[in-house]
Amino acid sequence: MTTTEAPSALSFECETGNYHTFCPISCVAWLYQKIEDSFFLVIGTKTCGYFLQNAMGVMIFAEPRYAMAELEEGDISAQLNDYAELKRLCTQIKRDRNPSVIVWIGTCTTEIIKMDLEGLAPKLEAEIGIPIVVARANGLDYAFTQGEDTVLAAMAARCPEAATSEADQQERTNAIQRLLQFGKSPAAEQQPASSKHPPLILFGSVPDPVATQLTIELAKQGITVSGWLPAKRYTELPVIAEGSYAIGLNPFLSRTATTLMRRRKCKVIGAPFPIGPDGSRAWIEKICSVLEIEPQGLAEREAQVWDSIEDYRQLVEGKQVFFMGDNLWEISLARFLVRCGMRCPEIGIPYLDRRYLGAELAMLEATCQSMGVPLPRLVEKPDNYNQLQRIEALQPDLVITGMAHANPLEARGISTKWSVEFTFAQIHGFGNARAILELVTRPLRRNLALGTLGGSQWVSEAVTSR
Amino acid sequence: MKLAYWMYAGPAHIGTLRISSSFRNVHAIMHAPLGDDYFNVMRSMLERERNFTPVTTSVVDRNVLARGSQEKVIDNILRKDTEERPDLIVLTPTCTSSILQEDLQNFVERAKESAQCDVLLADVNHYRVNELQAADRTLEQIVRFYLDRAQRQGTLPSQRTEQPSVNILGMTTLGFHNRHDTTELQRLMADLGITVNAVIPAGASVEELQHLPRAWFNLVPYREVGLLTAQYLQDTFDQPMVAIAPMGITATADCIRQIQQVLNQQGAAVDFEPFIDRQTRFASEAAWFSHSIDCQNLTGKRAVVFGDNTHAAAFTKILSREMGIHVVLAGTYCKHDADWFEAEVAGYCDRVLISDDHNAIADAIAELEPAAIFGTQMERHVGKRLNIPCGVIAAPVHIQNFPVGYRPFVGYEGANQIVDLVYNSFTLGMEDHLLEIFGGHDTKEVLTKTVSAGSDLDWKPDGLTELNRIPGFVRGKVKRNTEKYAREQGLTAITAEVLYAAKEALGA
Repeated sequence: MTTTEAPSALSFECETGNYHTFCPISCVAWLYQKIEDSFFLVIGTKTCGYFLQNAMGVMIFAEPRYAMAELEEGDISAQLNDYAELKRLCTQIKRDRNPSVIVWIGTCTTEIIKMDLEGLAPKLEAEIGIPIVVARANGLDYAFTQGEDTVLAAMAARCPEAATSEADQQERTNAIQRLLQFGKSPAAEQQPASSKHPPLILFGSVPDPVATQLTIELAKQGITVSGWLPAKRYTELPVIAEGSYAIGLNPFLSRTATTLMRRRKCKVIGAPFPIGPDGSRAWIEKICSVLEIEPQGLAEREAQVWDSIEDYRQLVEGKQVFFMGDNLWEISLARFLVRCGMRCPEIGIPYLDRRYLGAELAMLEATCQSMGVPLPRLVEKPDNYNQLQRIEALQPDLVITGMAHANPLEARGISTKWSVEFTFAQIHGFGNARAILELVTRPLRRNLALGTLGGSQWVSEAVTSR
Repeated sequence: MKLAYWMYAGPAHIGTLRISSSFRNVHAIMHAPLGDDYFNVMRSMLERERNFTPVTTSVVDRNVLARGSQEKVIDNILRKDTEERPDLIVLTPTCTSSILQEDLQNFVERAKESAQCDVLLADVNHYRVNELQAADRTLEQIVRFYLDRAQRQGTLPSQRTEQPSVNILGMTTLGFHNRHDTTELQRLMADLGITVNAVIPAGASVEELQHLPRAWFNLVPYREVGLLTAQYLQDTFDQPMVAIAPMGITATADCIRQIQQVLNQQGAAVDFEPFIDRQTRFASEAAWFSHSIDCQNLTGKRAVVFGDNTHAAAFTKILSREMGIHVVLAGTYCKHDADWFEAEVAGYCDRVLISDDHNAIADAIAELEPAAIFGTQMERHVGKRLNIPCGVIAAPVHIQNFPVGYRPFVGYEGANQIVDLVYNSFTLGMEDHLLEIFGGHDTKEVLTKTVSAGSDLDWKPDGLTELNRIPGFVRGKVKRNTEKYAREQGLTAITAEVLYAAKEALGA
């Protein structure tokens, strides 16, 4: 299936192949750390639990703030009552950890057995007095990082509208619970009086240092961030008033964007993502233009960052990078790397929302044109086997790939970088452009360092083709 | 529903895939939703595997759910048949897809009509068995499939090999030190003059399976995987088994003695006693270590042991009878085979714990305060928290269990390795005395204070907050660099903005 959209010369295809990526419940691994007063309960099977434990390398240590509600045979065959079972577990969680919110992460299994999590949550929430947010981060509908999207979309619905709003009251059924959840009056304090523009919400989970850096960059333009989704604490979820502006930080948040637009009547700003000096500048410029602010010194800022990464940029210049597709960061990274002088024949991606990623796609296209390199082929839901054939034919200098394919590719003389590292590293904004190139150039620098070790093929001929 | 934080054994499909991808030229098709195929990641990363893991997921998504999976599963089987030319394709669901209750056996039958290769549905109940049981079951299923066929086709070997020979059963990918154990067992068999007829499944092709009945006996080093196969071979082909894990000097000798007995019953006349004696007293360092002055320091030290049946039982006995260590608690998470464990460790420990709840073990360790723990990665973490050293002796596997160097756990070299592991786990001999005299040698506190000595610069609260978010091991460096940058810029106050400007300016 190949479709081409009128204004875009990028080629899109959907292979609907057998591809590997992580399960969307992975988002628990970073969200439980980001939201410090949360508890994540993954309602699934042993398969889900073993994944979190092993493949994600997330071990459960001293004070775990997430757990599995492991479905057993009795749950599957509906011999046990879902409500009673979840109540037993959540009561125990409340007793042991007393979180401000319990996030239920639905999985493929809860989808298949049609467990009505959204129906059960409000009842149980009222009974045990802790808010329960339901996110269906299942692998039937979503890939890897989109798990965060399901959680943030669910949380967007829980953000207060205003300090005194009636909707807020209705949402919180119990006044005493409200007191417990909001130790302080939310809206008045979170909305600084000095702000001269309409409220601006940033959505997307980023490490706290990145949040600080972006806040500083925006402050330089006189822009105040009125709230973050997610906030560091569930009790500090931002006030989202009708007509607020919102802008995404991560390219996998299309549902959250839609929820903010449709349900919270926000104006979502479509911009490229703040990846690389080029993307960071475009991101801030777009916010400025929407808020009718004349941006100051962004060209200088961008030039200064390009200067500071010139040594790494030279390492990648003229080289070819292939994205197998894993975490939906592919387009933004490809756009930045093309600007650095790389060529990119193929961008695999698990899911492509052409509306939410519209500005990023346009910038990718413009960047390729201005750098004079061919436009990449965009492959949605790629078939990994077919991709490996294409990689063999293309012999790219670098393949950004999921973890399962890295060692076998390296053994065949193809340098790789784990895509998952870009999920966990601090990559947003001007200040972290170097961190991206630090990752991208590492295999290339490693190869330079290993120059005398010899050998590029680490598989015997007999099995090379596999 | 069960509140779970940690699993000692994985789900069933992991066991099935460990077997199928251990074989040479066998491909597995997982009928599973996106993300359930992390086995590929585990194998590729942990085993540092050079080849692509021979597992393909036939992705179950919303569309497939609506339409049924038949077409897709069959297409994928036939596709892999053409692309990879495997000898066998094993189809497995996961916990998730097994509840769809699709007739996978029927898909297999349909695929078989056109496929060049053999096609099997792994026959395990995903809600009743764990990884280990499923691995045991799948190995038996595959072996039985090929031997049944050979029997029908009359291609079964009619007699045993001329010289004594052995099948080593249950060596798998992602097994705990299995790769090195395999090498060590092959060396041991060579030393005993026994030909290795087959090692399965690791590295074997399914074609080789029909030759299994030629061996004089089957060796099952780990009772978790391989026992069912050995039992089947014993029942069907009257092929005896030796199921003593040769772990530690004494157990290795016991294993060799049983091998001798099994061989001599079949007409051989071997005497391995001189070999055992020579290995024990002169070749191996382990037995000598036990008699050396070093080992005196271990006498009476208290230890907790926890792991799978094979390793936990073996270590309990090694610590107790080969090193004089007092095992206060021995435990296993193999609940399905608890009777064997209890019988095995009886008399070698004070208490037995059968549980797969890591909290139960953690609580027991906290209560008993042993001098050392020998357990899994989880007990290592528990030990860290309680400041008790822990040697890791059993799965679940971790990258540390795939060392590049040679680290077997079985045979005489394995015994040496175990001595090192045990000895290095305890705070030792003179070190112990010195620690008592000088009150520890950890000067970290003092160093930290030096690093954070006051400076002339004014760290603003937001700057300090950001500084504190930087991981401890680089915080000192970041602080110094930021202050250097601030001085160069003529700044006296350090805010978060200054900190990040410094980070950018210094390119780190």
